[in-house]
Amino acid sequence: MNNNKKNISSSKTDNSSPSGEVGRGVAAIQYIDLYRECRDMIAEHSASLLNAPREQALADFERLGFPTQKEERYKYTDVAAAFAPDYGLNLQHIDIPIDPYQVFRCDVPNLSTSLYFVVNDRFYDKALPKAMLPEGVLVMSLLEAAVKYPELIGKYYAKQARTHKDGINALNTMFCQDGLFIYVPKGVVVTRPIQIVNILRADVDLMVNRRVLIVVEEQAEACVLFCDHAIDDHQFLTTQISEVYIGENAHLELYELEETHVKNHRFANMYVDQQRSSSATIDSITLHNGLTRNRTDVTLSGEYAETNMYGCVIADKQQHVDNNTLIDHRVSNCQSNELYKYVLDDEAVGAFAGRVLVRENAQKTVSQETNANLCATDTARMYTQPMLEIYADDVKCSHGSTVGQLNEQALFYMRQRGIPEAEARMLLKFAFAGEVLDSIKMEPLRDRLHHLVEKRFRGELSKCEGCRLCK
Amino acid sequence: MEEKNRDNELLREIADKKYEYGFTTDITTDIIDKGLSEAVVRLISEKKGEPDWLLDFRLKAFRYWQTLKQPTWGHLDMPEIDYQDISYYADPTAQKGQGAKDKGQEIDPELMKTFDKLGIPLEERLALSGMAVDAVMDSVSVKTTFRDRLKEQGIIFCSITEAVREHPDLVRQYLGTVVPYKDNFFAALNSSVFSDGSFVYIPKGVRCPMELSTYFRINARGTGQFERTLIVCDDDAYVSYLEGCTAPMRDENQLHAAIVEIVVMNNAEVKYSTVQNWYPGDKDGKGGVLNLVTKRGHLRGRNSRLSWTQVETGSAITWKYPSCVLSGDGSQAEFYSVALTNNYQQADTGTKMIHLGKNTKSTIISKGISAGRSQNSYRGLVRVGKNADGARNYSSCDSLLLGNKCGAHTFPYMDVQNPTAVVEHEATTSKISEDQLFYCNQRGIPLEEAVGLIVNGYAKDVLNKLPMEFAVEAQKLLGVSLEGAVG
Repeated sequence: MNNNKKNISSSKTDNSSPSGEVGRGVAAIQYIDLYRECRDMIAEHSASLLNAPREQALADFERLGFPTQKEERYKYTDVAAAFAPDYGLNLQHIDIPIDPYQVFRCDVPNLSTSLYFVVNDRFYDKALPKAMLPEGVLVMSLLEAAVKYPELIGKYYAKQARTHKDGINALNTMFCQDGLFIYVPKGVVVTRPIQIVNILRADVDLMVNRRVLIVVEEQAEACVLFCDHAIDDHQFLTTQISEVYIGENAHLELYELEETHVKNHRFANMYVDQQRSSSATIDSITLHNGLTRNRTDVTLSGEYAETNMYGCVIADKQQHVDNNTLIDHRVSNCQSNELYKYVLDDEAVGAFAGRVLVRENAQKTVSQETNANLCATDTARMYTQPMLEIYADDVKCSHGSTVGQLNEQALFYMRQRGIPEAEARMLLKFAFAGEVLDSIKMEPLRDRLHHLVEKRFRGELSKCEGCRLCK
Repeated sequence: MEEKNRDNELLREIADKKYEYGFTTDITTDIIDKGLSEAVVRLISEKKGEPDWLLDFRLKAFRYWQTLKQPTWGHLDMPEIDYQDISYYADPTAQKGQGAKDKGQEIDPELMKTFDKLGIPLEERLALSGMAVDAVMDSVSVKTTFRDRLKEQGIIFCSITEAVREHPDLVRQYLGTVVPYKDNFFAALNSSVFSDGSFVYIPKGVRCPMELSTYFRINARGTGQFERTLIVCDDDAYVSYLEGCTAPMRDENQLHAAIVEIVVMNNAEVKYSTVQNWYPGDKDGKGGVLNLVTKRGHLRGRNSRLSWTQVETGSAITWKYPSCVLSGDGSQAEFYSVALTNNYQQADTGTKMIHLGKNTKSTIISKGISAGRSQNSYRGLVRVGKNADGARNYSSCDSLLLGNKCGAHTFPYMDVQNPTAVVEHEATTSKISEDQLFYCNQRGIPLEEAVGLIVNGYAKDVLNKLPMEFAVEAQKLLGVSLEGAVG
């Protein structure tokens, strides 16, 4: 399969740049050249709805390039450097021989989920579980959906994730061929959580451009759990654009857990649109990773909508985690609540930038934003930037952030009672991160995550025994 | 009761006054031609009779400035500034020969009157005791009072031009060491064309017996003010320094790009207070001063202390971040700010606390008040360096919104590299509590007064840090600036 994979190294050598230079232009030009070269191949293995916005995206990407650190929203992550190395792209839609059910058993004990796999950017449809989903609910490949339900995809695809301002959106729109589509029709309540396991699997360094579209219509309810894993010890680069629509009175819980390895680079942009009286819970937990940048933009476009965002990051070695959020209060009477916690060790770099925007007529907004961080070494570095931008006067908004260390008195108290220092420190850290995990509504999942986090703190690789890395 | 009525009348009078410093003084002023070039830099230096090293400093800064572009990252809607359409030097004392520069020579009575009208008497017998004033109009220092009395203790308090002439070694040693000319666009501009500001040197172990203050006044049309202030506080010394400023009402934007540098040595303490009341522009946002200032203090010594207190009510645009570099072990810095914006005013202000030494502490208290159609942003950086063991910071930024067309924004940045540091930030934004207003109304306090009362209470944490005379002034100012904002 390697032969069939389009490697971008050729385009890189064409462009004779000074060796070692990882300039913004150089990295971007590689991808522009690659797209021009493979434009037909990309289109051939995708659907017309997905192909439609590509040319505009190319024009935008040519204009924008990769965002530089001079741009306020990309201040803490060097994007161009992450995209500069050579990656293979599976543009020809080659099947990757894998049976995820065999290599992977990442269950949540006591929680039965409707389990699906996405391998790289492909929805795995070889052995689908028995349909446990209520009628009308769709969990399927985006590519297939674009063919089968063009009016549905046409209505929602690439409407929120615009390409004219963000280089990563533009790049993903140019290259993405497939991904995941979840649809919950009007009034349907999905009681069983939908679990999506994203598996990165390759025999060479690989770039994956994945697209996710989630539509929850009026009065519907769903809970979706994403687990990100990489089962091969190669360099991975993922761009993932998710667009989420939550209709009137609809409720969505979304959990994202990243458990990859140090060679994984992830750029995930998520756009959420909430209608009247809807609620969304977005929980993102990063335990193992290389370089992660999550951007989450929530637009509250109907009154009485409520958003809860939680994040928990545990990072050591040279992990880099950058969470960038925006909550846009466009209308009155909405509520938003954000809580992010970081525990940094070794040479890890953490960044949190959360912006709450309250527009002129968004009166009676209630918003709270909290970011708390623990830095354990003098080589770990934390940037935090909670921002409020308020144009309405009848609002209650607050934010707080702290960077500090474990409470010495609490440590002393525990040691006095015979708990060894290392154990006491671990307990405190665990309790610190626990606040975020406690926000998870599903009890089995909460227990599982507590367990994973504890294992993480104890320095164990919290993988299940099933995957290839653990064997 | 009668007394209360009188008080109310007084308040109303103040409220109706609007901008009371908006008059112009009709005085012959020596203004150089508009435009900025190397020749202009040389001309300014020549007019001030400067030594070669200072001219070199200006030229280096000017050449560097030419390579820069005006930054745009502020949360501000800034009109284009045509740097060639400004005159960089205006001397109102020119008519009478050397003006204040020759001691004993009479000051133009017009100038005396102007400062009297501003409440800054230049005659020592009339002045409030315990306050020495350096009065600066446009590009020139008109007079510095109480110099002789201060001299007895070895304190140097004069305009920077005189300091260059009389204490060149001291100036040369410190000028540009806290804010280098390469610091930013406006610092480079100021370094090339700066005119008078104050120079203060407090020798070892001296506690300055009176408040030192500088009063800045822009008068001439089509000019900008580019003053430069340098304060050096040697070991174990103490000084409290105040700064006030006003400008006439004009429908053009006038540029004010100053630099303030403060050096604090071992165990020394400096208090720097500002009541900024530049002309804010009219009700429709026309005119007003663009206040683009670089202020920074360097806490070089062990256990040194610096506090910035600012009350910002004026200026069409305020864009400044009085900062502290805490490199001495155990040094402490404080920043207290009230920024009030009304009508179309815009402010993007805050502070930077750079912790480099061990066991350094900083406190930031910022209170923003927005009314009318104004935009008020707090932007602050707290950086804790690798070696700053035990650094501690507490920041609290509150915003109050008075009206539904204005904006209040908070952009705190924290960058922590040391595991023993404790950094905290909290911020809230809200409007005036209706319960509090109702309570006041119920007890017969009219709406406007109630708002004034609540705003003053809200700003009290900061106002309490100001020296007595200024606190009274600042409270009045808050009232005046809010005029028309309620209802």
